[in-house]
Amino acid sequence: MRLSELIHGPSVVPELAATDRNGVIRELIQSLADHGALDPDSVETATRAAIARENQGSTGFGKGVAVPHVKHDCVKTMTATIGRSSRGVDFAALDRAPVYSVVLLLSPAETPEDHLAAMEKIFRYLQRENFRRFLRQADTVEAISDLVAEADEMKE
Amino acid sequence: MTEAVGEVAVTTKEGLHARPVMRFVDVASTFGSTISVCNITLGGESLDGKSAMEMMLLEATQNCVIRISAKGDDANEAVAALTSLVESGMENPASSPSGDPPTASAS
Repeated sequence: MRLSELIHGPSVVPELAATDRNGVIRELIQSLADHGALDPDSVETATRAAIARENQGSTGFGKGVAVPHVKHDCVKTMTATIGRSSRGVDFAALDRAPVYSVVLLLSPAETPEDHLAAMEKIFRYLQRENFRRFLRQADTVEAISDLVAEADEMKE
Repeated sequence: MTEAVGEVAVTTKEGLHARPVMRFVDVASTFGSTISVCNITLGGESLDGKSAMEMMLLEATQNCVIRISAKGDDANEAVAALTSLVESGMENPASSPSGDPPTASAS
């Protein structure tokens, strides 16, 4: 699986309007629905589920990135998007630092293997210091999509 | 310096997803020993058991066997605690400093 196939390009949000964790999750899920990657009727349910998940344990893994995610019946096809906040958002991250890049992943409830594989792929990229740095600087939809595509071309 | 190794199968349907991984890292971090973890079913690389970012690469789905290796004065205790944590299906809140309430919904 390539990251560019997982990330729904048109739904990427280069400058998040939301300034708090729940708002960021809502904005990204709404963006997926606005761009046809999620049934609009599922926005409310998916948002509540993702926030409930986040309340059980922060997905702010440190180094300025967070990966909120949820597996839920209301999601028919696995999809993901990226949001960027130049101000930084408090995700109660492991290292307590603000989060500048958010990768949100929505998966159907019944495919935990695909969900884990997608998480592995996302973290494989976030692991790279260069990728995190460029992602934090990418301030247009095109810049983020290009970065993801370039990262796919790079050898491990 | 003691070295210890243990292998354990992941039994939960969800596999070791993000929250169990975080719990594993929490528990691993309470030990002085260096801890490395490898998904031997997938033939994956050796990961730092105290790094959440690295441990997210484990991709331990149901029935995968993971190998936990520790080096240090408390290596035996670390391997024992971590293998039993995985065996228990990661539902052992007594071992978790973060103390997240066990909840079945949402994720």
